[in-house]
Amino acid sequence: MVTPAALTEAAWDVLRTVEDPELPIAITDLGLVRDVQVADGRISVRLIPTWTGCPALDVIRTRVREALRALPGVREAAVEYTYDEPWTMDRVTPRGRRRLEAHGLAVPRCRFSEPPVCPYCGSHEVGLDSLFGPTLCRATYICRTCRNPFERFKPPEDPEDLGS
Amino acid sequence: MTGPLEAIADPDVHAAFREWLLRAADDELVIGHRHSEWTGFGPDIESDVALSSIAQDEIGHARAMYAHLVADADRDTDHLAFSRPASEYRHGIFVERENAGWEWSIARLALYERYDALRLRALGASNQEPVAGLARALLREERYHALFADTWLVRMCGGSPEGHARVQAAIDAAWPDALGLFERTDADERLLTSGVLPAGDPRKSWEAAVRPLLESCGLTVPSASAREGGRRGTHTPEFERLLAQMTEVRRSDPEARW
Repeated sequence: MVTPAALTEAAWDVLRTVEDPELPIAITDLGLVRDVQVADGRISVRLIPTWTGCPALDVIRTRVREALRALPGVREAAVEYTYDEPWTMDRVTPRGRRRLEAHGLAVPRCRFSEPPVCPYCGSHEVGLDSLFGPTLCRATYICRTCRNPFERFKPPEDPEDLGS
Repeated sequence: MTGPLEAIADPDVHAAFREWLLRAADDELVIGHRHSEWTGFGPDIESDVALSSIAQDEIGHARAMYAHLVADADRDTDHLAFSRPASEYRHGIFVERENAGWEWSIARLALYERYDALRLRALGASNQEPVAGLARALLREERYHALFADTWLVRMCGGSPEGHARVQAAIDAAWPDALGLFERTDADERLLTSGVLPAGDPRKSWEAAVRPLLESCGLTVPSASAREGGRRGTHTPEFERLLAQMTEVRRSDPEARW
């Protein structure tokens, strides 16, 4: 008999092994996991998408569901995306940030509107090439100092104050 | 069909809100398909990728909204998206129009994104969770689309007189259909009195957002009146052709699982 607490812990361990198919980073480090609930061998996981139209969402959901179903003591695993809380850069862990940087991406501290920095030479003398890069979450730049092209992680714009 | 939207007790208001949401989803689906027609045909590789990415965003947004309108999101979303006769689609005529040159597509993108942002802001400020939360997320994504459109609008208008003239012609051609997005039906009256969505005059807010953009490009704001029909399911032959194309694969095997 697996206790709910042990199953919750096991679920989190499994989630830490699921990677984003487009970036070499665990979904837990990207901050996609909103919460995990366990009852009667049923695990429910809620994820927060970075980009709503991202084709990786279905892949991630399938990977999470299959990984959880393989756990001993799991009768059912449900995975859904939620929008009750916005995904922001604050959700990325320090390790996740290091993984993105090691992958060659420039990573804004918290907002896309911050001045971009070349990941190769540290120069601020960079020019936007395109807001839309190889995936929805990346924009492309050219460094005017070291002449390298580079990609920068692109979070959705900051949440708006809707005045409500 | 009931689905997750159950917070509104009055069945008439509930139906009106569903109608309103269906319009938004249909707008996104159809304009997404139109944007995707630029894949492989953009004026440069960056624009090609940009329109393809915007298409991906919009179709993803449509899918997320349809999921709120069906009982089982995994099973029924594609059915709602692709298995209706043309007269049951509620998008504005504006988004179904065929692409008529890069300047036309950029003009439509700039005008549509202003409209979409206002709509998402209204939904995001409503009490209709969880779809309000979805609207707030989508709004953050849409802002990059407007940024892209504006950059191109400024670039084309600041170039040769020919570029400026062609953008003006595109805006003039787009204007009646763009105003048609604001077409009102009984659903709007019911929603307005129910207080489900924040009060306001969307068309006035849209014109206030669009006018400074056009004027900063040296463009004249057209005075033509609206061409309507889409919100009541009256579409053009351009949509018949698009619908035939975008449902072709599904019709070949409606039961296929992807």
